[in-house]
Amino acid sequence: MKDTALTHIHQSLGAKMAPFAGYNMPINYAGINVEHETVRNSMGVFDVSHMGEFILKGENALALIQKVTSNDASVLVDGKIQYSCLPNENGGIVDDLLVYRIDEKSYMLVVNASNIEKDWNHIMHYNTMGVDMKNISEQTSLLAVQGPKVAEALQVLTEIDLSAMEYYTFKKGVFAGLENVLISATGYTGAGGFEIYVDNKDAEKLWNAVFEAGKNFGIAPIGLGARDTLRLEMGFCLYGNDINDTKSPIEAGLGWITKFTKDFVSSEKFKAQKEAGVKQKLVGFVMEDKGIPRHDYLVVDESGNEIGKVTSGTQSPTLKQAIGMAYVNSEFAKVGSEIFISVRDKSLKAKVVKLPFLKK
Amino acid sequence: MNFPENLKYTKDHEWVLIEGNTATIGITDFAQGELGDIVYVEIETEGETLAREEVFGTVEAVKTVSDLFMPLSGKVLEINPNLEANPESVNTDAYGSGWMIKISVDNTAELNDLLDSTAYKALIGH
Repeated sequence: MKDTALTHIHQSLGAKMAPFAGYNMPINYAGINVEHETVRNSMGVFDVSHMGEFILKGENALALIQKVTSNDASVLVDGKIQYSCLPNENGGIVDDLLVYRIDEKSYMLVVNASNIEKDWNHIMHYNTMGVDMKNISEQTSLLAVQGPKVAEALQVLTEIDLSAMEYYTFKKGVFAGLENVLISATGYTGAGGFEIYVDNKDAEKLWNAVFEAGKNFGIAPIGLGARDTLRLEMGFCLYGNDINDTKSPIEAGLGWITKFTKDFVSSEKFKAQKEAGVKQKLVGFVMEDKGIPRHDYLVVDESGNEIGKVTSGTQSPTLKQAIGMAYVNSEFAKVGSEIFISVRDKSLKAKVVKLPFLKK
Repeated sequence: MNFPENLKYTKDHEWVLIEGNTATIGITDFAQGELGDIVYVEIETEGETLAREEVFGTVEAVKTVSDLFMPLSGKVLEINPNLEANPESVNTDAYGSGWMIKISVDNTAELNDLLDSTAYKALIGH
């Protein structure tokens, strides 16, 4: 099992640690609910250094990205980021990712930790155009600093005007006295804030500077447990739960990042699905009966016939209500549809709702 | 972590308080810490007579769910009414307001199989 550059800090803070994607990662420090509230109300810091980063450079970098991703990366300008996915040849999803345009001929792809090798091999397979690919995952640390107070608190660390940065843009510059830091106005929480990429050797200095800057803003370290409840309240997909090698972006409600303005892996399949309709769709639901939905619980209709499967579920710390996502037969996918979740020996009533669960 | 000496324990991380023919049951400080924030305790066995190690309910934390096992055979006499509105009592006061059920003790011979505080601490490596 691998450590991040900050694992020893998490351990010294008394975090509950667990293996995740081959790394020894903090699950929680003070507790999932209180960490969740900290991010929604003030600011929290996640060590997400396990995430993968690839640098693609060369004349044909964009052409390769266009071939392997579903979104249209040709609309990106320097400093702009795009959410996208890597489809496989069978109409499923290899991974979801972020595409950063550094300049016309260089891009950074940020991928899920558990898929680094799979993604690398997949993209490599399509790299027939001589694009220079570099996997910088092992040497790169990533802090996600998330919450409504983050821009204000971190401003003392940089000359870059943080509050002026638009969502899904990034800048490179001096941050906390460190050169060449990549500051990205992104996150997986819906709470606002930044993701900051540095070399491993600078990770501890960055962590300490961020905590110093946040000390009057209620800053706290946040584990992967609250990361999951925060993303689920926003209806963000988690690879391995809500999307995987067998589900298409059309089924997953990711039609908005599937652009038929270009040819890409499985684009013909997705186009056909979009025209003909899909058998199942990913939906959000709230429990009406008391109970907590969990990954892999069956979804049934009023008569008990199987109509789908839960992909994610939890008690929402903000809404104080049990929420989940599930693939259900399309006739049950309409907002307001009554569905039932099979929890142990009972069918508990739930209702399909519009995502995100948490409205702004 | 606290493991009161007046209580008995099981390998399923429950505590048992014996008072005459009645036993009060909850989960240990160790168990609540492992589960994390508890959001729902579902017990629908009031009035039922269950054998030792049968499931009497389930406890739902934010991230996980766990069955609750009878530490002794007996009839479920009472369920803690406080847990419906305050499931977090199991986290904050595992041996007090976080108790789960009271049962009748039907087979006193089973008492010998419960662990004392020292044996339980050894079991969890404390």
